[in-house]
Amino acid sequence: MLNILVTVKVVPKPEEVKVDQETKTLDRGNARSEINPADMAVIETALKLKDKYGANVTVLSMGPPFADKFIKVAMAMGCDNGVLLTDRVLAGADTLATSYALAKAIDAIGDQDLVICGEESSDGATGQVPQGIAEWLDFSHVTYATALDLDEENNKLEAVRSLSNVTEKVRVPLPAVAAIITGAHEPRFMDFERRRELENGNTVKMLSAADIKVDPKRIGNAGSPTIVTGLKQLKTPERKNIRIEGKTAAEKAERIWEYLEKEGILKN
Amino acid sequence: MPKNKLHRLKAKYTPAEAKGMFVYLEHSEGKLADVSLELISKAKEITNGESIYGMLFGHKVNNLAEESIRSGLDEVYVIDDKHLLNYTPEAFTRCAEAIVEKYKPDTILIGATQNGCDMAGRLAVRLQTGLTAHITGLEVDEDGELVGWVPGFGGGIAAACKCPRHRPQLISVRPGVFLVGEEIKQSDGKIHNEPVPFSATDIKTEIVEKKVLAIDDISKADRIVAVGRGTDGDLGIAEELAKIIGGKVGGTRVALDEGWIGREQMIGQTGYSTKPNLAVLCGISGATQFTIGIDKADLILAINNDEEAPIFEQADLCVVDDLFDIIPALTKIVKNQISG
Repeated sequence: MLNILVTVKVVPKPEEVKVDQETKTLDRGNARSEINPADMAVIETALKLKDKYGANVTVLSMGPPFADKFIKVAMAMGCDNGVLLTDRVLAGADTLATSYALAKAIDAIGDQDLVICGEESSDGATGQVPQGIAEWLDFSHVTYATALDLDEENNKLEAVRSLSNVTEKVRVPLPAVAAIITGAHEPRFMDFERRRELENGNTVKMLSAADIKVDPKRIGNAGSPTIVTGLKQLKTPERKNIRIEGKTAAEKAERIWEYLEKEGILKN
Repeated sequence: MPKNKLHRLKAKYTPAEAKGMFVYLEHSEGKLADVSLELISKAKEITNGESIYGMLFGHKVNNLAEESIRSGLDEVYVIDDKHLLNYTPEAFTRCAEAIVEKYKPDTILIGATQNGCDMAGRLAVRLQTGLTAHITGLEVDEDGELVGWVPGFGGGIAAACKCPRHRPQLISVRPGVFLVGEEIKQSDGKIHNEPVPFSATDIKTEIVEKKVLAIDDISKADRIVAVGRGTDGDLGIAEELAKIIGGKVGGTRVALDEGWIGREQMIGQTGYSTKPNLAVLCGISGATQFTIGIDKADLILAINNDEEAPIFEQADLCVVDDLFDIIPALTKIVKNQISG
């Protein structure tokens, strides 16, 4: 049977994170966590393939111990196994060290035909990890995919890639990594009964850095070529905030027009 | 010996051996990407008179190499082969790797287009180096190191990133962030043809179908009518207004996800940065992910029936009303004024 692994990241809700102006560090404060929005489409994509071809689907996340409850959500949606790679030594990783740790975990889990990731995470938003995992594992890769299908006979993955001015259909040999565009598929609801069942026992497998035999020089800060030297809250430009008043829509439209004309906005 | 590369990858050279700023020249349908021209002009600015280099992979692309020289590059390394007609990760990553092995660049600037990112992510791991991704600002700090500003958390926060100990440092830059420079009339730049570093069987990606959408993206539009959830997919009135004011229709991530607009129309963190002189925002609530792509507009007019919508803080003209009443009324006035 086909083995599919989906990567899921648990991220703080973007609107609830601020920069502490004193320390110039991220203030996650009481920011609530969520499954990275792009990854919801990833889970759905994997489950669609499972519905069509039958597959064993494993959810893998790297993050703090509390991420297990989000893995259980993915399992309650229909994924078969959950794995959480959690270890403080993995923290502080940039895209190189992150892709290494995930690739090591995927290699340790073993025998995966297809790895599906989100196009990017809402916190880092670099969109570079899926291709990186593919390179470490010597897998083929496809990015910016909206739909996946299998060519079972030839052991290949078929994907539709949606680029800014091009849509293309590509075929790559398995094993492969595919990165799915945010919102490509509406995720299904979870099965609440299964969610309750998952509360009991060790339903999510925990892995440490030692379990997957990482090279300490390649993880965390030590394995990260890029460093963050500062943070800033981006300021938006000052705006005039003029409230347009009027009794009717026509009156308001007239006010808008007067302003545009006064400022010469619609000239030539 | 394990099948994969988990133990085998290592850096190609030391930082002391590295030299020169390179620009990866992306192109499609016989044209250099705007972002590549933007990168040439930025590279020129920050290198302060030192030579700057380009790498260009494709088939029959000599005219593009010449254009890049006219745009300011001193030397361009070209790999020309019929298997480079379309982008594939295997062939293009290998070409970039070959240029890196031979010329040992200090820095490679790459446009953060989708295929640019596709290659950059794979290349960074192959070269075991740092990739500062999707930057919206680039400066040189007091140590002479390049610092890239990377937006995160929906674009509300930017992190200053640098790559002090690994070379080449890869930096991907969002399209539309820097300005295209002027062409130089006289130039003694050189074009070098490089050997093809792969064989046809190395290419695993097969392009079965390719549809080129002959439309310009939203980044260069002077006037924009942008649609969000509040339009509920009814884009007719927005399109009519855009036509009358000589502008283009753009939209939010929601509008894209709902299928109301195409990817070339999406404004914001994962879409395009725009700099219109007028932006009319219809039924957009104003999440930072969106506003980061429109905050360079000269004038922002926002229409939303929710008085509390955060977009009003970022607008010059604020209309709390039903966009389905306001937009047609505005279209009518503009139409009368222009024809009268």
